[in-house]
Amino acid sequence: MSRQSDFEQQMAVDDERRPVGPETAGEQTMVLNMGPQHPSTHGVLRLVLELDGEVVLKCTPVIGYLHTGIEKTYESKTYHAGVTLTDRMDYLAPLSNNLGFALAVEKLLEIEVPPRATVARVILAELTRIGSHLVWLATQALDLGAMSVFLYCFREREMILDIFESCSGQRLMTSYIRPGGLKQALPDDFEPRVREFIRIFPSRLEEYEALLTDNFMWHERTVGIGKLKLEDALALGVSGPCLRASGLGWDIRKANPYCGYEQYDFDVPVRDEGDVYARYLVRVAEMRESLKIVQQAIDWLPLGPTMTSDRKVAFPPRSELATSMEALIHHFKLATEGYRVPAGETYTCIESPRGEIGYYVVADGSSKPYRVHVRAPSFANLQAISKIAEGGLVADLVAIIGSLDPILGEVDR
Amino acid sequence: MTDEPTFAPEGSARAAATLVAERVAAHLGDRLIGQETAHGELTLIVARESLRPLARLLRDDPDLRFLRLVDICGVDCLAMGREPRFAVVYHLHSLKLNAWVRVRVPIEEDDAVVPSLVDEWTGADWCEREVYDLFGIRFEGHPNLTRILTPDDWEGHPLLKDYPFEPEEVEYSFNVHRVNAGRVVQRPD
Repeated sequence: MSRQSDFEQQMAVDDERRPVGPETAGEQTMVLNMGPQHPSTHGVLRLVLELDGEVVLKCTPVIGYLHTGIEKTYESKTYHAGVTLTDRMDYLAPLSNNLGFALAVEKLLEIEVPPRATVARVILAELTRIGSHLVWLATQALDLGAMSVFLYCFREREMILDIFESCSGQRLMTSYIRPGGLKQALPDDFEPRVREFIRIFPSRLEEYEALLTDNFMWHERTVGIGKLKLEDALALGVSGPCLRASGLGWDIRKANPYCGYEQYDFDVPVRDEGDVYARYLVRVAEMRESLKIVQQAIDWLPLGPTMTSDRKVAFPPRSELATSMEALIHHFKLATEGYRVPAGETYTCIESPRGEIGYYVVADGSSKPYRVHVRAPSFANLQAISKIAEGGLVADLVAIIGSLDPILGEVDR
Repeated sequence: MTDEPTFAPEGSARAAATLVAERVAAHLGDRLIGQETAHGELTLIVARESLRPLARLLRDDPDLRFLRLVDICGVDCLAMGREPRFAVVYHLHSLKLNAWVRVRVPIEEDDAVVPSLVDEWTGADWCEREVYDLFGIRFEGHPNLTRILTPDDWEGHPLLKDYPFEPEEVEYSFNVHRVNAGRVVQRPD
């Protein structure tokens, strides 16, 4: 009897106390480890949390659990082989990574890419963006309890992965966009598949929005949570949807267009609340805009070759190997030594689904890169987590991690 | 408060580079060791003593406004035969000019210390830890210079050119004797 009333008394005291903030630190805080194995950390992210009850007083991310020495590996592989490494960093947007690397190497090689390959790259990059945002939406919703959204998003993603598989033979680690163009010609069913996707996706996107956007429970979990102020975002180097949800409409596809993005008519969604809900709205709107781009690009897809005609870089067609000695020698040299890139350095960045992904390639004239440094957008975006998660609840932390959309493969490389 | 990004057309990348070069030359004078332009990109080379003044100039000058620190990385120039051995490379981005600039700071091998830019850009925190982790270059003034990518008890700095790609040589038929020389083979009894 007395124990029960003690408990009720204690609960009443706790309700009044409700500590929020660092002034109560040290009173009775607990240091808890979240991750690296955790279903909600979106990868092997370890967060060392100092908690006061459910309130996060301090959040220190510890990364490096997925560090595989990719930048070191680049130095031991030819540029051609190095394309395979790009897929594995941001593993949810592999074609985007391929594209960044290809553009950087093409800049150093100073070669032209045929128009069909350029337009196809745009289609593939935007499909990748949609696919990546679908996974983001699926996992963010799943973390907050909306499991059906997870299943629906992956259903649409299957269509995109089927397109990639038909192009390159691989669903995910495609290595399809290479310096010079595309790995091989687009398959015959590329256009019908893309058009089918364009046909069905808008209504599916409406379904997801109908489930979440005006949902009271979704609002409770995301509105006002994890506000990232614009000046903090700029000081941290945040880019992509996280920056656009904090008020700055900077998108590399509009500001410094590559692959002919200036020709396409699309908007860049911007919000200024900077909270989880704003990041949600920005990414959902981006999926719509990406679909617009794909629609325009597939209508403009010209005929022609998909690889540069410069035989010092591109493999000769197999049919020529039987008759042309020169083609045979080129093939041999390209397969064994690889193409040589003239000495120089470049920093080339593109707009990946997560933000500014940049490749700083230092070439020394040999067939292997001297140094490749990948500026991963998630590396900078994840630094924001200590700022925006502190003072909130652990449950909010889950929503915040999801909204930053980190991919540990590119954070750790 | 924050400048609206001006999505400027192609030609102004060159104009931005010219403006940056002029402004930096005017303020730094001969503290700017060198300047290179290639593939449409401007690289400014300064000694580490001038790094902070240059960073502040680029960030705070009202016409330049390089508000974003994009990345910091290291390059080990040992195999290039370039002196000095290290270069710490900073990439900065200006929304106002819609341009990137590269700042390279050459660093000697036996005095591998660079001033930290954490006070100028908060994002320099993890970037500098990464350079320290992979190259061993220390950043003076960094609040928490510890390893970030490799485990805390890792020895060595992996991206150095004399750090091996493999912990031991892979055994093939053509090098089996060299690889196994001196190795004691224990057979199960």
